[in-house]
Amino acid sequence: MSKTKPEELKGQVVGSPIHRVGGAERVTGRQRYVADILIPNMLHAKLVKLDCAHAKIRSIDISDAMKVSGVHAVFTGDDLPRPLVRFGPIHQDRPLMAVEETRFHGEPVAIVVADTIDAAEEAAALVHVDYEVLPAVFTVEGALDPEAPLVQDPVTRPEGRFQKTNILDEYHFGWGDVDSVTADLVIENDYFFPMVTQFAIEPFAFMAAPERDVMTVWSAVQNPNFLQKVIARSLGRPLSKVRVIAPDPGGGFGGKQHAKFEPLLAFAAQKLGRGIRLELSLAESFQAVRRTAVRVKARSGFSSEGKFLFQDLKADFLIGAYADITPRIVQKSSYAAAGPYKVGSVRTVSRALLSHTMPSTAFRGFGVPQFNWAVENQIDLASRELGIDPVEIRLRNLPEHGEHFLPDDPAADGQWDQVLRKAAKAIGWGTPVGKNRGRGISMGIKMSATTAASYSIVRLHQDGSATVMAGTSDMGQGARTIFSQIVAQELHTPVENVNVVMGDTASVPFDLQTTASRSSVYMGTAILRACKDVQRQLKEAVARKYGSGDPELCEGYFKAGTREITFTQILDDLFGGVSGEVIGVGSARAEKRRNHPLGGHTVFFEVVCSAVELEVDPETGETIIHKLVTAGDVGKALNPQHVQMQDDGAAIMGLGHAVMEHYIFDDNGKLKNSSALDYRIPTSKDIPRKIESLLVENEDGPGPYGSKGVAESGLLTIASAVGIAVHNATGVFFQELPLTPERIWRAIANKKRD
Amino acid sequence: MLRFEYLRPATLSELFEQLQHYGPTARILAGGTDLLVRLQHASNGVVPVPTGNGGQELNQVRAVIDIKRLEEIPASIRREKQHLIIGARAVMTDIAGQSDVQKFFPALVDAVRVVGSIQIRNRATIAGNICNASPAADTIPALLAFDAVVVLRGPSGERRVPLRDFFLGPGRTVRETAEVVISVELPLPVVAVGSAFGRVTRRKGVDLATINLACALYENGRALFGYGAVGPTPILAVDESGRLCDPSVGDPEREEHLAKLIERATPISDVRSGEDYRRAMLLTMTRRIHRTALDALVTSQKGES
Amino acid sequence: MSAPGVSISIHVNGETHSISVQPHHTLLQVLRYDLGLTGSKKCCGEGECGACTVILDGRAVNSCLMLAAEADGSNIVTVEGLERDGQLSAVQRAFLDRGGVQCGFCTPGMIMAAEYLLMNNPHPSEEEIREGLSGNLCRCTGYQGIVEAVQEAAGEKQS
Repeated sequence: MSKTKPEELKGQVVGSPIHRVGGAERVTGRQRYVADILIPNMLHAKLVKLDCAHAKIRSIDISDAMKVSGVHAVFTGDDLPRPLVRFGPIHQDRPLMAVEETRFHGEPVAIVVADTIDAAEEAAALVHVDYEVLPAVFTVEGALDPEAPLVQDPVTRPEGRFQKTNILDEYHFGWGDVDSVTADLVIENDYFFPMVTQFAIEPFAFMAAPERDVMTVWSAVQNPNFLQKVIARSLGRPLSKVRVIAPDPGGGFGGKQHAKFEPLLAFAAQKLGRGIRLELSLAESFQAVRRTAVRVKARSGFSSEGKFLFQDLKADFLIGAYADITPRIVQKSSYAAAGPYKVGSVRTVSRALLSHTMPSTAFRGFGVPQFNWAVENQIDLASRELGIDPVEIRLRNLPEHGEHFLPDDPAADGQWDQVLRKAAKAIGWGTPVGKNRGRGISMGIKMSATTAASYSIVRLHQDGSATVMAGTSDMGQGARTIFSQIVAQELHTPVENVNVVMGDTASVPFDLQTTASRSSVYMGTAILRACKDVQRQLKEAVARKYGSGDPELCEGYFKAGTREITFTQILDDLFGGVSGEVIGVGSARAEKRRNHPLGGHTVFFEVVCSAVELEVDPETGETIIHKLVTAGDVGKALNPQHVQMQDDGAAIMGLGHAVMEHYIFDDNGKLKNSSALDYRIPTSKDIPRKIESLLVENEDGPGPYGSKGVAESGLLTIASAVGIAVHNATGVFFQELPLTPERIWRAIANKKRD
Repeated sequence: MLRFEYLRPATLSELFEQLQHYGPTARILAGGTDLLVRLQHASNGVVPVPTGNGGQELNQVRAVIDIKRLEEIPASIRREKQHLIIGARAVMTDIAGQSDVQKFFPALVDAVRVVGSIQIRNRATIAGNICNASPAADTIPALLAFDAVVVLRGPSGERRVPLRDFFLGPGRTVRETAEVVISVELPLPVVAVGSAFGRVTRRKGVDLATINLACALYENGRALFGYGAVGPTPILAVDESGRLCDPSVGDPEREEHLAKLIERATPISDVRSGEDYRRAMLLTMTRRIHRTALDALVTSQKGES
Repeated sequence: MSAPGVSISIHVNGETHSISVQPHHTLLQVLRYDLGLTGSKKCCGEGECGACTVILDGRAVNSCLMLAAEADGSNIVTVEGLERDGQLSAVQRAFLDRGGVQCGFCTPGMIMAAEYLLMNNPHPSEEEIREGLSGNLCRCTGYQGIVEAVQEAAGEKQS
């Protein structure tokens, strides 16, 4: 992939912290999220769900519901066409709604469609379901119990040794030979990272309407083209007859990547020949998505000098009732589970375990925070045992820039010791720490996309303004802004003159997905190439018109011999008589590598270091975070303000995971805390006294101007840094999250007693 | 949301008529910050689905009666002779900001300031907080410590009930169906007093209390401690030995008295906290607020305000 | 099966609307769907997140926790009412300057809470700002940019 040389920046548009594009709309309330799009004559839907996790449906009586004035239909599993359509990005295992059996608390058994939301709600309460509550699986131990009920029917599972178990699949990664290594120090512990949820402030909302012969679906989905494929398949339509309109999400974090109830809604819309809208409540949104919970059994070997000799990791990922994207999560995170270090031998065995819970899906970090929690704690314990400073022990094991540390992937693409040193310095590492206080530092790595397909069209209008069509989803990370900056830079037009069109499969070319922190790199590259295509066409026009051999492209103009021809001039030459525009097309693709464990090389590594200083009140277990620092290896910050904002936000999200977030289930697998009060995320009063997000910019990334991706790194290492700091502050070592005041108190009290 | 009629009586007699007519299917709407949440939960998210054999019924609420325009219910906070009268229509923000409350009942100010968020406090009323009778209500421990009295009015007239006698169980009070709270009265202290409020929560931001508590230590030796979220109703514990109001009392003796205060507490485990943690925090926080209140009492006795 | 409507008159962003509302409809619902003012958002629907914050009779309130009927006769300002002659308010501008906006969903409620804070406390400390915004949840920004935005709007620029 070619990249524009950093020198070409010349301190212009790219690299400056310009205002967010779309910001004015957001601060004035003009921004239209899905639920704000009010289309006349739309019907309203409400899902009917059961009050338990796992149930056998005996019968559904809709007669009372149908009597409610304004109700158009009540569809149940019986109404779904046979053979049953199932969807899912990897395994197509999920039906449009529950058929004969519910598999998680929140899975709908019926959908009511009515003239008004009031009528739909009223009718939904009158759908009588005769059902039998069955025992549910919702823990790792539960899933592995040979007596446990099977979450999925073996008939729907691929043949193999796991077919009649709750183990969806098992993955093996590693190198060397762990069993033959003799280590001076071996540390063995179990760790647990619980179920947490994305909690985007915008709950899920969808619309579906058959418009002429095109089924149009509105969803704040991060991967519009993927959803288009799912809908097309589930309705038996060609792709060209399905349109996905994807308004900017009000937060995504991965939870809005994959199809949920859009196929069901589209089915209902097609049946009725009417447009329908469905708004989920926040509780329903909690019942729809979460992160995989992971238990890691870690056995780590070290030399007396602190060299990482081996990592022997057994991970059990508790996934939901349907696979969603979790096999990929398990794969990717397991692959680099040992961290950004040169480890002599690694053996990672990971299993994905089905459970009667909401489907776990992509969530910022994609399995890495869960492994990081385990591995960084192991390293910290080793540093204590060996008497080696935690920063020093990591320095002894970090690869140099250009050094290989993963057998099947490119070499380390950054100067990672700088990341560590920068964070350590900012936290005041090595300086004395007060009573009841502790510091923790940890590092992490995430693989980015290994395959890609991004296309972009850039249209240079005859007045010099430009429209760029790019299918990335801007959910707050600022993609629109970055893309505007690139186009403004390349086509020499003010940012205000650039229009970014996203989120409409009917008019915007294909993009694989907005995930894995990949968009700056892949879509950015596609846009850059589209701009280069425009420049090439302008250049050819200049050569034709001004008869010079090879005009030189300068900043906003061409040099042809002694003449200077501005973009404006050549546009006038081309379109002054008969109007038109210059259309540039660009793409960035990375194909699958058959022999690679992940199907391809990562395009870059996302590497981060976090450090925290906190204080614990030993009598109550409450923590005060005095300072939180993250340093990320970003290559080039295309918009420094946006990068900082991402890192700040990711850090606070990570803090939430570390000290307060977790799903609580009752004995029947029903979610107990599905409200904003009882599922706690940090408020403005819970943030650290001081937070710093630092950048390491060596312009050594594959993206435009030497950039890499950001967006996930800020979260990866927070929990481990906090856990280590609490260990240092209290003397108590924690293996399970979250570190609530109550748990810290209890651990301290237990330690005192022992 | 459930379906109901919205009524807005202009006079108390109209209100009583409506309350009598609808009986237990009426709900009084003041700030609405509790009521609207309950109304939503009745049909929000998980729609309770009765089984085919005619099982459970949805809550019956047929009328919501908005009392906010009733002039006969005071919205003010004012001194009257030896009492501070907090009108039932007064909102939390105004209560916390009123100078007499700040001067004489600082623990109540601290308690009011943690109820919900600013948006909630701009609507919520103390009367509502009391009538809702959640064992974890933040204002009740302080009101108990200050000997609050609830003034009720109904078709047969007015009656006054000490707050300590007001609660029957979680969500249940002695208020009759056709009665409404008119005001809450706090006797103005006639001797020096030191007070403090404390709370344990799961995060620093808006939260329900794991436990909450308040105390008032009077110069005449009376010590009142109010506790919330450690029993089916808020608890008032009184120590009249004088030993908790005397700074010269040594640690062991003081500990003994403090331990006695929390004997009646019966904390439980729930989605917010485990029983052992509540129990431990009860003692820890009792010690802490006692120390704060004692310092405040001493300061007050020295004549500094 | 819907109950007869309640007639109310509400003044929103300087305009009076005389409408009939269902007794059980919240103010938020009516603002969004009856009046088309979709700036105020629904998130939790139970007064825990602040996304629905509006200023009613001079006070910041959660519009999801009010029946529309209760608002009869009231003066309401929503995020749509902050602009004056196409000019953003100081708070709105500051949110753009200081990275207080990412996905933007919490932004209207957050801005209304900030406007209310500064109405009553023109020069708040950082602590008071954090307190003043604590009824509004944000999942994207981590609040730091928002706090800085309010500081800027209050005229107390901090680096």
